[in-house]
Amino acid sequence: MISQFFVLSQRGDNIVFRDYRGEVQKGSAEIFFRKVKFWKGDEAEEAPPVFNVDGVNYIHVKVAGLLFVATTRVNVSPSLVLELLQRIARVIKDYLGVLNEDSLRKNFVLVYELLDEVIDFGYPQTTSTEVLKSYVFNEPIMVDAARIPPLGPAAMFMQGTKRMPGTAVTKSVVANEPGGRKRDEIFVDVIEKISVTFSSSGYILTSEVDGTIQMKSYLSGNPEIRVALNEDLSIGRSGASVYDYRSSAGGAVILDDCNFHESVHLDSFDMDRTLTLIPPDGEFAVMNYRMTQEFKPPFRVNALIEEAGPSKAEVILKVRADFSPSVTANTIAVQMPVPTYTTRVSFELEPGAVGQMTDFKEGMKRLEWCLKKIVGGSEHTLRAKLTFSQESHGNLTREAGPVNMNFTIPMYNASRLQVRYLQIAKKSKTYQPYRWVRYVTQANSYVARL
Amino acid sequence: MAPPLPSQRSPSPSQPSGRSEVSDLKLQLRQLAGSRAPGADDSKRDLFKRVISYMTVGIDVSSAFSEMVMCSATSDIVLKKMCYLYVGNYARCNPDLSLLTINFLQKDCRDEDPMIRGLALRSLCSLRVPNLVEYLVAPLAAGLKDGSPYVRTVAAMGVLKLYHISAATCFDSDFPATLKSLMLSDPDAQVVANCLHALQEIWNLESNNSEEASRERETLLGKPVIYYLLNRIREFNEWAQCLVLEVVSKYIPSDSSEIFDIMNLLEDRLQHANGAVVLATIKVFLHLTMSMTDVHQQVYERLKAPLLTLVGSGSSEQSYAVLSHLHLLVMRAPMLFSSDYKHFYCQFSEPSYVKKLKLEMLTAIANESNTYEIVTELCEYAGNVDVPIARESIRAVGKIALQQYDVNAIVDRLLQFLEMEKDYVLVKDLLRKYPQWSHDCIAVVGNISSKNVQEPKAKAALIWMLGEYSQDMLDAPYILESIVENWDDEHAPEPSYMFTDKEHRGPFEFSEELGNLSMGAESADNAMPAQRYEENDLLLSTSEKEESGGPTNNGSAVSAYSAPSDYDGSLISVNSQTQPETAISIPGSSAYTSPATLAIDDLLGLGVPSAPAPPTLKLNPKAVLDPATFQRKWGQLAISLSQECSMSPQGITALTAPQALIRHMQGHSIQCIASGGQSPNFKFFFFAQRLDGSSAFFLVECIINSSSGKAQIKVKADDGSASEAFFTMFQSALSKFGVA
Repeated sequence: MISQFFVLSQRGDNIVFRDYRGEVQKGSAEIFFRKVKFWKGDEAEEAPPVFNVDGVNYIHVKVAGLLFVATTRVNVSPSLVLELLQRIARVIKDYLGVLNEDSLRKNFVLVYELLDEVIDFGYPQTTSTEVLKSYVFNEPIMVDAARIPPLGPAAMFMQGTKRMPGTAVTKSVVANEPGGRKRDEIFVDVIEKISVTFSSSGYILTSEVDGTIQMKSYLSGNPEIRVALNEDLSIGRSGASVYDYRSSAGGAVILDDCNFHESVHLDSFDMDRTLTLIPPDGEFAVMNYRMTQEFKPPFRVNALIEEAGPSKAEVILKVRADFSPSVTANTIAVQMPVPTYTTRVSFELEPGAVGQMTDFKEGMKRLEWCLKKIVGGSEHTLRAKLTFSQESHGNLTREAGPVNMNFTIPMYNASRLQVRYLQIAKKSKTYQPYRWVRYVTQANSYVARL
Repeated sequence: MAPPLPSQRSPSPSQPSGRSEVSDLKLQLRQLAGSRAPGADDSKRDLFKRVISYMTVGIDVSSAFSEMVMCSATSDIVLKKMCYLYVGNYARCNPDLSLLTINFLQKDCRDEDPMIRGLALRSLCSLRVPNLVEYLVAPLAAGLKDGSPYVRTVAAMGVLKLYHISAATCFDSDFPATLKSLMLSDPDAQVVANCLHALQEIWNLESNNSEEASRERETLLGKPVIYYLLNRIREFNEWAQCLVLEVVSKYIPSDSSEIFDIMNLLEDRLQHANGAVVLATIKVFLHLTMSMTDVHQQVYERLKAPLLTLVGSGSSEQSYAVLSHLHLLVMRAPMLFSSDYKHFYCQFSEPSYVKKLKLEMLTAIANESNTYEIVTELCEYAGNVDVPIARESIRAVGKIALQQYDVNAIVDRLLQFLEMEKDYVLVKDLLRKYPQWSHDCIAVVGNISSKNVQEPKAKAALIWMLGEYSQDMLDAPYILESIVENWDDEHAPEPSYMFTDKEHRGPFEFSEELGNLSMGAESADNAMPAQRYEENDLLLSTSEKEESGGPTNNGSAVSAYSAPSDYDGSLISVNSQTQPETAISIPGSSAYTSPATLAIDDLLGLGVPSAPAPPTLKLNPKAVLDPATFQRKWGQLAISLSQECSMSPQGITALTAPQALIRHMQGHSIQCIASGGQSPNFKFFFFAQRLDGSSAFFLVECIINSSSGKAQIKVKADDGSASEAFFTMFQSALSKFGVA
């Protein structure tokens, strides 16, 4: 049970403020914002998502640069409230197409209308876009999706390949196409966040895939659909530790664990690995999964730091794309902390490098190397000369690194989990809705140690 | 639309409260109130939106209440909703005006559209105006019997709202009983859930007052209700499932077959994508198996995988919540998680609150089999750019070392951190627990340049180590002294206590400095925290006996030096050097006119009669003075002479190590009792004895800065009259140093 719900901008302005029970004072938004802003004084430490000030519990999530906050005086389950806040954000996004400060400000009346139905007297009622549709009457006012920076995992398709209809994912579930008719289509996105840690000698120390099969349906009449996954998919490892790696070159995909959306029927899952569901409107995760089985990391990262004379050092960063040339990774960023006494850095890119940028972030003492794209099979190198303000302590590798890498690879998935087919229960022979199955892999924590 | 757009008609910047905008809005609303012209609803929508945007940013628009109500007669549902929102927000501060709304809300409660009926009923119950309660009862009673489930869900919540406005009215109308029967019979799951919400809250609040209420509360947790809810659990939406699971977790089954039935029924809830459902299910499982140890363990094993999946699937806030639960389980049964340690490794992009939790868990689950991997991983974090996390990681390593078996390897690693000037605190703690490591540690500690130690606790730890192991570290006093000299920059209370603590242990007592130091601390605001810190630390201390000297010692140091401070208040804040300097000018010149000071009493008593020094001065080449006596004398005597002189360039080059000078000075019958320092600052304490039978001693402190080539010399003498002559000898001896 929550008492208030509000959304604050990055500067702390109320965009939406709803008091459900009148138990918490009106100034709570300011109290909250001040606390979050100055959590530990100077130390750049983030406020935890749940904290208590003067008997009031403040629970918040950050979505698209906005703070979604709930307050309560009772001892509620924090995970329930956090989940609820996240879900409210998602419902709003379903309605507005795009969730950001601008769209929220333009549509705050609609948001109030939603909030009225989502929560009553502090108790959650429903967060299903499907159900809410029949109670909500405001028409969303669209913001120009092209102008805004893409947010969220689904938005990545906009920048990637031209094959994707970019605007679809930023389309409201209730808005009609300019022609007046809704376009029947369904998106199934397999989104994988991968975490890999390489030792200094290049071995993989840990690796994990956190994946989601996300669905967004614009199908009229709510037909039943069947999603078929790899036939040899197995879940859970019998016996010993989850972490005993088994090399499985070309073998079966073994997930450690997974969970499913409540609309999913698993009746035939054990037999033929198909999920049956009637997709509700809006965006939702059909299935979340986790895999620690060894997989081939998309990038090999080599980093070297060496002394080059007194108070000087040289850094060599090498990135090799270990995937097919038909696939292209984009928005790659490589970061490497350098010794704190580094004063100057000069970079040397390989000859003919296009779309690469380098920077020395002096405040954070960090090298940054950004590449617009990397084609599968290619290799890129960066050399950097560091100048120090003092002589190094002789153990440079301990004072620099680790190298962290961020990237997005459309049409690639590390786990090899596949959607074999997507079947829509036919209403008629002429009914041919658009079906999009897309894959994307993102770095969650891609670290190479020195 | 929020924030409010400034009205075109009155853009006056002097009206930040928006009052003119509000009156402007009122006017426009009034004009539209009766209008049935086409497009009137659209204009009303715009105006309503503006009113609500003001409301959101906190501008008081309650003065437009009657206009809003006047405009509310409309069939446009969007307008109606905005009006309800407005009324609900301001009714409480305008109880009289809210009466105006009753009429149209009651009318809407009888609308043929169930949506309108529901909305109106919800708004009616949300007015929170006590004297309007009488108008609520009839619509509520009708709402609970309404044919539309939407209206019934709203009505069930409405009963709870009524209870909060007037509990008596709620009971008089027998609403709780109606809710109960509705809960057990309604076909719509959300109605059932809302009835359960309402009844739970009502009986919980009432149970303190009446026995009947606590009986009712018990029946909610009774077998019939629980089984009824469990059997329908799949009909409920995810949030209502959480509610049901919460209720079930309080249920006490009669036997173990019941427990297994419930668990088997709920097993698939662990695969739900909603983390709240999974955690609520876990809570049920843990509660049910509390008394069955072996099953409880199995449950832990069963929970691991879904919890770990949740950690990875949600936002970082959600993973934090899940990790906090895992943290709890890990603390209860670290053994069960010892093979899953890799899951608690920190990831690069995680916020610090997640990393901190993970570090704690890694510390907890470290055992013989995984210590090496965990410590290796933690050591990697030590170089983290995020300084607090780096520090936490090192601390975690220290904690593991304190509880673990493989201390050998860990200490080695910690010492590497020391060399990297990372952290000292835990080395201190380690040494307290494993004094046998002291020899390895002090070698490293001795090389630490105190200038690089910034963190107050680290400083305190360093000082402690220097004090504790000073007998093994020849340089300790000198390192300490340089810390003292930089004392002015120090504001934190911890190190000052450490000073007083180690005072009585050092081979040398720099009581002068220390005295001033404690006075400085005393005068500053941090004196109290310093005291308190001592006491706290005493409780933790492993060497209580030594520590307990702290507070009293501190006290005595202060009182010993309260005398000088009596005559010169400004002394309190001056550093150690200035006090002696005031005294020096006296013996050197013949002017004894300055206000006689207590501090130089001894000196005056000794030195007044014969100011001109005897021309010849012979020194005892085999003079002996034990350190304790030196120390005592140094404390007792005032400085009779202090001067700076230049060293010869040859002398400087010869001064690679203190020993060279010491041997040289021995040749001139001047003995060294202590020396130390690092280039470019060396410090020596010399003494010499007169050979003429008076056996008076000269004590010398000589600080040589090899980069400037200067030597600062302070002489204290039993016989002050001879100090001038002695100084001349000393200086000539020094100047010959390095000149072969």
